[in-house]
Amino acid sequence: MTSQPEPSGLQVDIIPVQGELNVGPQHPGSGHMRIYVKLSGDIIEDIDLDVGYVHRAVEKLSEIRNYMHLIPLVERPAILDAIHMNLGYILALEKILGVDVPERAQYLRSLAAEINRIASHLYGTGILGIFLGHSTAFMWGFGDREVWVEILQALTGARVTNSYVIPGGVRRDLTPAIKEMIEKALAYQRRKVKDWYKIFVNNPNIRSRLENVGVMTNENAIKWGAVGPNLRASGVYYDVRKIEPYAAYSKLDFEIPVYKEGDAYARLLVRFEEVEQSMRMIEQIIKEIPEGNILSDRFFKQIPPTRLKKWWEGQKKIVFPGYYASFRPPKGEAVSRVEAARGELLYYIVSDGSPKPYRLRIITPSYRMIYVFKQLAKGARYADLVAIYGSLDYFPPEADR
Amino acid sequence: MSSSQQVPQSLLSKVIQDLIGKFKVTGKAESDTRGYVEVDKSKIIQVASYLKEIGFDHVKSVTGIDYPEQNQFEVVYHVSSYSVPELTKVILAVKSKTSYKDPKFPSLYSIWESVWTGERETYEMLGIIFEGHPELKRLFLDEDFEGVYPLRKSFKLKQEGLFIDKSA
Repeated sequence: MTSQPEPSGLQVDIIPVQGELNVGPQHPGSGHMRIYVKLSGDIIEDIDLDVGYVHRAVEKLSEIRNYMHLIPLVERPAILDAIHMNLGYILALEKILGVDVPERAQYLRSLAAEINRIASHLYGTGILGIFLGHSTAFMWGFGDREVWVEILQALTGARVTNSYVIPGGVRRDLTPAIKEMIEKALAYQRRKVKDWYKIFVNNPNIRSRLENVGVMTNENAIKWGAVGPNLRASGVYYDVRKIEPYAAYSKLDFEIPVYKEGDAYARLLVRFEEVEQSMRMIEQIIKEIPEGNILSDRFFKQIPPTRLKKWWEGQKKIVFPGYYASFRPPKGEAVSRVEAARGELLYYIVSDGSPKPYRLRIITPSYRMIYVFKQLAKGARYADLVAIYGSLDYFPPEADR
Repeated sequence: MSSSQQVPQSLLSKVIQDLIGKFKVTGKAESDTRGYVEVDKSKIIQVASYLKEIGFDHVKSVTGIDYPEQNQFEVVYHVSSYSVPELTKVILAVKSKTSYKDPKFPSLYSIWESVWTGERETYEMLGIIFEGHPELKRLFLDEDFEGVYPLRKSFKLKQEGLFIDKSA
């Protein structure tokens, strides 16, 4: 349309190309989601996130399930972050029930949560790597994650969807063999993180793809309601583990990495530094974990002695007391929040005194990133769409619920 | 607001007292960090603007709840703050009701942009129309759910029975 005279006298015709592009849902880089991109040249004018391909109606299903039956269900939206999904729900439920949790169980909750956080961050980094065409990071991310998933398996009995946290405590106790596994894993991961920095984080290719890409300013992060590492990469010091400590976090020494830049690279750095902080916490937990029971006495007393002898004394496993079958919590409501791997996870339970919740509201971190992603992609180059997506660690099933 | 040591009551209960005084709402601080106010929907914009002014800068969740016996919906906004350190611990529930007959509700998008996803989902799941929302379209559900609002209690789910093989 417009011809600009070049100094050389040659003319370059700039033909504006406008159009729409569907990224996904079958595109390997979009996850279970369609990103409807409106382009002007290679600049993104607007995007529309067509979410819902993995919507599983958890909130509706909760109307016809008992509180205990909901534990495996609420984990499904983010199976790779199942401990946090589970923990947030149980914290809300415990508030309604008014249960005290023994100290040892609190430490075990933090332990499982931090292991899960490392696994989730490695998963997210792997996905970011493959989005940028760095397949080594993908292999390493999933390979390193395996180490932590194996520990979760030893501790909880399942790789993902662990259903480890139950009202009043946790299901299984820590054994010396698991402690040994954790120590090995810590040494391995610390060594490996150095390699990660060499090959991925400080890689000039990766840096040029991520630096100054998808910049979210401090004001925008607050306005759009961003969460988790993405919020902290925009200079907001906000972490539920510090602000409203749950589990054993008030007793652990750790720092919250915060970056001012707000770009995709800062988000990556926050995640890597959080892995180190999580490892510090895990070290403290296995050193300082107090002796004691892992289930509140109120429920522990209800387990029949023969079953206790077989399962608790022999294998340090909790068998469910009869109370769990269909208890009726008192009328009321509770809001709980935890810092899941991707950010703040909020549960809102309204109980009407029946064995099923009247309303269960789950606000996952990815759900709150939907709007952030939409806003952040505006004005970016099309080639950066995947970098922004990957750096937000947006996980469609978690957003859809 | 900054000198919380002098006042014996918590910051949250002070905020709620102020709201009760200014806007004649009802409400209670259940603890130092959790509380609720019940606001008439005609006043919700004013209340929200006031909350934004004193530092509540984002909405954590928008929840719609159906109460068929009362023929009305309840809309709950959980608001909190990232920027005011004393308020970061607080989650205030702003509750308001709207009837079946008039399922229109003023959108708070002009005050808090972070309601975007929540209001859109509540519209889709319960059929509450948020007036002033810039993109009030359906979000998660299939096309066959056009005009069907699954989170209403009148939408019943069938549950399969449990079968146990006794011979085993």
